[in-house]
Amino acid sequence: MQGISAVYRKEMADHFSSFRFVILFALIAMVSVITSYMAGITLKESLEGVAKPQFVFLMLFNTTGAMFSMVQFVAFFGPLIGIVLGFDTINRERAEGTLIKILTQPIFRDAVINGKFLAGVTTITIMLVSIVLIISGLGLILLGVVPGAEEIWRLLLYIVISVFYISFWLGLSILFSIFFRSIATSALASVALWIFLSFFVSLGASVLADMVAPANAPGVDSTEAIVKNIRVKEGISLSSPMSLYTKASATVIDPMRKTTEALVLMGPMEKISAGRFQNPLPIGQSVLVVYPYIIVLIALTLVCFAISYLVFMLQEIRT
Amino acid sequence: MENGNVIETFDLTKRYPRQTAVNGLSFSVKEGEIFGFLGPNGAGKSTTLLMLLGLSEPSGGSALVCGLDPIRQAREVKKIVGYLPENVGFYGDLDAVESLRYIADLNGMDRDATSEKISEALETVGLTNEKRKKVGAYSRGMKQRLGMAEVLLKDPKVMFLDEPTLGLDPDGAARLIDLIKTLNRERNITVLLSSHHLTQVQKISHRVGIMIKGEMVAEGSIDALAQEKFGVDGKEYSLEEIYMKYFQEG
Repeated sequence: MQGISAVYRKEMADHFSSFRFVILFALIAMVSVITSYMAGITLKESLEGVAKPQFVFLMLFNTTGAMFSMVQFVAFFGPLIGIVLGFDTINRERAEGTLIKILTQPIFRDAVINGKFLAGVTTITIMLVSIVLIISGLGLILLGVVPGAEEIWRLLLYIVISVFYISFWLGLSILFSIFFRSIATSALASVALWIFLSFFVSLGASVLADMVAPANAPGVDSTEAIVKNIRVKEGISLSSPMSLYTKASATVIDPMRKTTEALVLMGPMEKISAGRFQNPLPIGQSVLVVYPYIIVLIALTLVCFAISYLVFMLQEIRT
Repeated sequence: MENGNVIETFDLTKRYPRQTAVNGLSFSVKEGEIFGFLGPNGAGKSTTLLMLLGLSEPSGGSALVCGLDPIRQAREVKKIVGYLPENVGFYGDLDAVESLRYIADLNGMDRDATSEKISEALETVGLTNEKRKKVGAYSRGMKQRLGMAEVLLKDPKVMFLDEPTLGLDPDGAARLIDLIKTLNRERNITVLLSSHHLTQVQKISHRVGIMIKGEMVAEGSIDALAQEKFGVDGKEYSLEEIYMKYFQEG
């Protein structure tokens, strides 16, 4: 333990005194202030005359103002936080010759990587909590509503999911920093994978789905074909942590959202009743809808870290 | 340890996929000795040191450091061995005191007692006046001395010094050599000194070992080696001449 806590303290001090962190945090704080202000203004207008709006506070996080909502912003920008915090974790120490020095101190080898990962996760948590607090504070001023207990629980859950999502990218960039000796290469590899998984997978998913299960091929029952097409598309896009996260967090933040499916087949009467009675889900039910996504996301994060751990433990340490 | 050997290796071997770095190495270093560990670049000296520290697993054979197995008791070994690697690295944005404090933390030293130990270590290597300067601004000689301070901080029984005088000016090198000698004499620290600077090694070593292509070709006092190679009284020959003779034969 002595090793982990020493490395952890050192890394925390490094994170908080680095320009990298200051720039990142300034950027995030700025964006969250702007988006929450926009969302607040939009909400104020759209809720004018609504008799009894529910969960107004949560809408601050998923209302698309002029640009994007906070949830979308974290889904898009979160990976970059993880990558920036982790891409040079091990290879910088290796290049500067400090890694071997640390490893010749009486600590277990895993103390180094555990301490660094934990420090990264703590930094991420601190960032996210402060963003949520900034938005909440602004929301209180702008809208004049106080969050209820359930809204706070949902926000906490949202923070937990987001921490895992960003930690996945932290773990991944740490893995690359172990694999690649060059800092530039590991940064590039992380960013490349981020772009691939976040943008190309969703694009590629629809292309592949059209190839595997064409929706408007002649001689097929069109409803069935459309369902099949969308099933394939969603299946493929689940390989991207971004879509896992977007689905999980959107459902957790929005009590009105009852399914993660993009396509819901309903009869005309069902449609009318669904339109009439918009009852929010209780938090437990929302979690039930997305728990597979949350579990896969957590598993991905842990697997990613476990691989880094193994590679680091087995790697030959040379100066 | 019963026989007074601080370091002992038995047929220590390290094979990489394409080459054998250390080949059946057997040698020993006695307690309180300064052992000059010589050999050309790439002879396997650093690999041997890494194996003795438990950072690299031997492909064959075994080693004992103070009676401990570096593989299974790596933490115990690292507690008593101070290692100054070739080109030791530092965190450029820390000052000397902060660097030493981190090492103390990693060693699990008592936080209250460390301040005193840190100033003592800085005093010993002569960095007291520069202790609040960022290490990034240090000269090569100062860095090397700070490296020594980090080694001394943990009160080692054994020191592995890999090219400690490399790149130092003559005065700095001489002072470092004096420091090593003093530490050996006053604190009874056993020293395994790897160096290419043979006159310095000759000045302070009790015994030397010459390693060529992964094998120890000679081990003993300088006089004994000279006797063996030149068949006369060794006092006449410098370590350099002896080394060259072995090297050409190797």
